Amino acid sequence: MSEHALGARGALAPSEPLQARLPRIDLSRYRRFVSPLVLVLLWQAASMAGLIAPRTLAAPSTILASAWELVVSGELPRHLLVSLGRVASGLVVGVTTGAALALVAGLSRLGEEVVDAPMQMLRTLPFLALVPLFILWFGIGETPKIALVALGSAFPVYLTLFAGIRGVDPKLMEAGKVFGLDRRGLVRHVVLPAALPSGLVGLRYALGSAWLSLVIAEQINATSGIGFLINDARDFLRTDVIVVGLLVYALLGLSADALVRAFERRALAWRPSLVKG
Amino acid sequence: MSDNRPLNRVVSVRGLTRRFGSNTVLNALDLELEPGSFTALLGRSGSGKSTLLRTLAGLDPAPADAEIRVPASVAVAFQEPRLLPWKQVWQNVTIGLPGNGARERAERALAEVGLTRHAEAWPATLSGGEAQRTALARALVREPRLLLLDEPFAALDALTRIRMHALVLDLWRVHTPTTLIVTHDVDEAVLLADRVLVLDAGRIAADIPVEMPRPRSHGDARFVALRHRLLSELGVEAEVIREAA
Ligand SMILES: Nc1ncnc2c1ncn2[C@@H]1O[C@H](COP(=O)(O)OP(=O)(O)O)[C@@H](O)[C@H]1O
Ligand SMILES: [Mg+2]
Repeated sequence: MSEHALGARGALAPSEPLQARLPRIDLSRYRRFVSPLVLVLLWQAASMAGLIAPRTLAAPSTILASAWELVVSGELPRHLLVSLGRVASGLVVGVTTGAALALVAGLSRLGEEVVDAPMQMLRTLPFLALVPLFILWFGIGETPKIALVALGSAFPVYLTLFAGIRGVDPKLMEAGKVFGLDRRGLVRHVVLPAALPSGLVGLRYALGSAWLSLVIAEQINATSGIGFLINDARDFLRTDVIVVGLLVYALLGLSADALVRAFERRALAWRPSLVKG
Repeated sequence: MSDNRPLNRVVSVRGLTRRFGSNTVLNALDLELEPGSFTALLGRSGSGKSTLLRTLAGLDPAPADAEIRVPASVAVAFQEPRLLPWKQVWQNVTIGLPGNGARERAERALAEVGLTRHAEAWPATLSGGEAQRTALARALVREPRLLLLDEPFAALDALTRIRMHALVLDLWRVHTPTTLIVTHDVDEAVLLADRVLVLDAGRIAADIPVEMPRPRSHGDARFVALRHRLLSELGVEAEVIREAA
């Protein structure tokens, strides 16, 4: 048995340098991209055959060309920056508020009584339904857009971080106390690290919610931003530009998620799944 | 300090009563421990061993009518290692210690428990025995005058437990903390301690010195005799003892 295994390894050994030079591509990893690719090709073929009218949906080739044009002309980067600015400001306000409220409610009984009940009530409200009120309160400038993003991102952060803080293993708290941590030390070394994983899950939800808020917010009389680009294209029946806008939204969402995941891998390197994986 | 008790007591408890609802777990309990002694506390499950230990550790508030004296430096090892998963092994050892030279102190303590190579490991990668040794290092690095162990080896496999027994005795000889180990394992108590206490009905029901040189062997006639005596103190019937043997 062991001889066999040794023999097999011996036989493989000479080919190792070759393998190092030519990394073998694992085709099975790419198999899942086959069917989307086929769909796009079918779509292109149908467009070229005149089965799909451009005003219904532009051909993939047209969309690519328009995307290139929008990038080169600087129009897309300009709108992208505006949208990014809105999401970033909204997220900063929303995540900070959500985290601060979670700390207040999570770390003190009084804080919980004051903060948690209204938060639990408010969260049942679909926040996008607040758009009309926001327009009345903040007008149609940047403020209602940023406020909507902030509102959409504050709740997921609050809910998950609060639950994380309250879910800390009491045995670890006790150990911390026995070994001389004061209240501040306990919060810093036990409570916050323990709540971080669930807080980061909340952050990912918050990002998703922030993009959704942005899409809705940019329908409010915007004069710039990806949403404006899309609305403007609608008036001229430019389905190609609309799709470019949608693709940008999708890419932004994906990159934000990837960013949080990368941060998670660093900050949560201690977790058993990551340690062993 | 004005009473007539001998001064060489690191721990002294008088009239400790603990109730949970109508359940009186500790009933006017008295306990004294001499400096540097190694005492085992035996008792049935639910007899209040952990409750007593937690009071000594300051984890539960001491009842106002009880008189409890423990040294300022107390360290505990629990049945579960209770390591912070987000701190490396050495950081777990120095948790709560002031910063100066903490790393060196941790390294020394880890060397003593044979974990030098694991100083930078995450707790999730440790075996049960390694985690419990880290917990011991965390307790010892504080040079406690009182070391409290609450069934620290109960969750370990038999072989690891034997190694841990030897390790604990070594550490005790070097650092000479007054040690109180809670266990429900009669053999463990007789193997390790100078004195075995049996907790029953909320009081110390038996206080038995163990006068056997170490290392002790299970086959020793005195060991067997003491083991039988303790088992009957714990209410285990003689036939059961014979059957198990
Ligand atoms: N915090 C608590 N609240 C209510 N009952 C408790 C609490 N802690 C311990 N008890 C009860 O006290 C008794 C003794 O518990 P414990 O000291 O843990 O026993 P042992 O460690 O000897 O097994 C048990 O009946 C247990 O249910
Ligand atoms: Mg117990």
